[in-house]
Amino acid sequence: MSHALRFRPRGGASLWLGAALVGALIAAAAVSLVWTPYPPAAIDIPHRLAPPSAAHWFGTDNLGRDVASEILAGSRISILVGVVAVSIGLAFGVALGLLAAFAKGLTEDGIMKLSDFVFAFPALLTAIMLTSTLGPGVVNAIIAIGVYNVPVIAKLTRATANGVLSREYSLAARAAGRGPVAIAFDHVLPNIAPALIVQATIQFAIAILAEAALSYLGLGAQPPQTSWGKMLADAQNVLYNAPRLALYPGVAIALSVLGLNLLGDGLRDALDPKLKART
Amino acid sequence: MLLEVAELAVDLPAPGGSQRVVDRTSFSLAEGESLGVVGESGSGKTMTALALMALTPEGAQVSGSIRFEERELVGLGEETMRQLRGDRIAMIFQEPMTALNPLHSVGAQVAEPLMLHRGLAKGDARQRAIELLERVRLAEPERAARSYPFALSGGERQRAMIAMAIGCSPRLVIADEPTTALDVTVQARILALIDGLRAESGMAILLVSHDLAVIAGHCDRVMVMYAGVIMESGPVDAVLRRPRNPYTLALLEARPRPGAPRGARLATIPGAPPAAPEHRAGCPFAGRCALTLDQCWTTPPPQVTFGANHMSRCHRAGDVGFVR
Repeated sequence: MSHALRFRPRGGASLWLGAALVGALIAAAAVSLVWTPYPPAAIDIPHRLAPPSAAHWFGTDNLGRDVASEILAGSRISILVGVVAVSIGLAFGVALGLLAAFAKGLTEDGIMKLSDFVFAFPALLTAIMLTSTLGPGVVNAIIAIGVYNVPVIAKLTRATANGVLSREYSLAARAAGRGPVAIAFDHVLPNIAPALIVQATIQFAIAILAEAALSYLGLGAQPPQTSWGKMLADAQNVLYNAPRLALYPGVAIALSVLGLNLLGDGLRDALDPKLKART
Repeated sequence: MLLEVAELAVDLPAPGGSQRVVDRTSFSLAEGESLGVVGESGSGKTMTALALMALTPEGAQVSGSIRFEERELVGLGEETMRQLRGDRIAMIFQEPMTALNPLHSVGAQVAEPLMLHRGLAKGDARQRAIELLERVRLAEPERAARSYPFALSGGERQRAMIAMAIGCSPRLVIADEPTTALDVTVQARILALIDGLRAESGMAILLVSHDLAVIAGHCDRVMVMYAGVIMESGPVDAVLRRPRNPYTLALLEARPRPGAPRGARLATIPGAPPAAPEHRAGCPFAGRCALTLDQCWTTPPPQVTFGANHMSRCHRAGDVGFVR
């Protein structure tokens, strides 16, 4: 009877606005793979700092590069960093969190204390430490942001998995003779998936911000790669002549992060049966 | 004997040491027999049941002996124990609301033990699950098998739990308050179903309940637990009609009875069960008992037997009066 009811998304506005913004981000990245108005790294000094026009929608920067093309190409790095860093976080975080929840005792304490230790450093500080040790570049930035995601996901996984394990159906599954691996995959993971999906969305937004910050500091994307953070750094040099140059990447970052946060909130409302039960 | 438990003790980790929640517990259960375990909350009923399946909480220390089908279960490896669970020993839980996973269909959950212990293929297990749902007299078993737990009523869910438990024809079924969450008419039907299945298959039942009427109607023998200790045990008729332990007597007097004068207050037992084993020197019930003597505080009560299998652990077992 109630399948339509069960899957009807709630908190609709934020879910759909978030999905639209994230969809636009993904579309921009996809388009930039096959087409940009100009090659994003093509320098054209005679036309530097041109105002927005039909030829250059967002104008050109201090080296004459087409800003619209750079924004499009920059979205690729944002998505790449977000996807890979969140995947690293999920892969290791879920494994460690489940191990902690099932092993209990010293293993659990050890994993959680280690998580707390990593978690205690601010995300950006961890990333700066790692990139300054491993050297600047997108790959190292991804690793650094991914490492930061691991304890966040591990803590969430352990806490929610313990919640599921304390439910009677987990005891019933054990009483039916099922082993820990089967219980983890059949009972725990499906029940904690909504929480993980929501957290992954929010970590994605944090990853985009962290990448922009690292690239701004020169620790992320290196020339000729384009990144929104690097565009901000370039724009800073000509801030008094062409303040709009800082505006475009700034707005792109803000809209992406806003979209992901709205999507996360919307998904939480849509996936949480307790919120649904209130209507 | 199918099951022989001797001197079973369970210690749970507690701040500043450990707490003994089941103490010196010995009992046995024959094929096809039904044993009731009754007691207040926290008397160790559930912990005894969980110890039989080696499902006690993390850090619990289980000592003593549990012999099931001539095999010692205490100290048996988790791997071997897992093969017994759901196959030779099964369990029915109190809350049918939470004992089924909301994300899997009922049929899949009933089929699970069959695939695990009987090695049935998915399709065969599904077919067998529908037969089992029919056997527990669920209306429209095919539809029920496809349903998710939220679509079933409490009684239907408990029938599904029972189908899950009896799938592999276990020799022992532990039912931990199987009807506490259900209303009285549904409760009667579920208990009748369990009785019927026991008569058909000859499985033994360990029925944990705090409801004396349920035990009286559905068990051959009963043991009364208090603070982890068996206070009295024996045939249901003997124990409930002629209790030889002040605790059993107090429980019987505290139950509501039809025909009692209007406005009469229900008898209660003063005080509360000991949170920590503070009276371990003597009887755990000393202090709440109407018959307490000095020696009740200092000396563990002896096991006094009355006729065949009727045991009371009390210094004054002979003085306990008839139920009025």
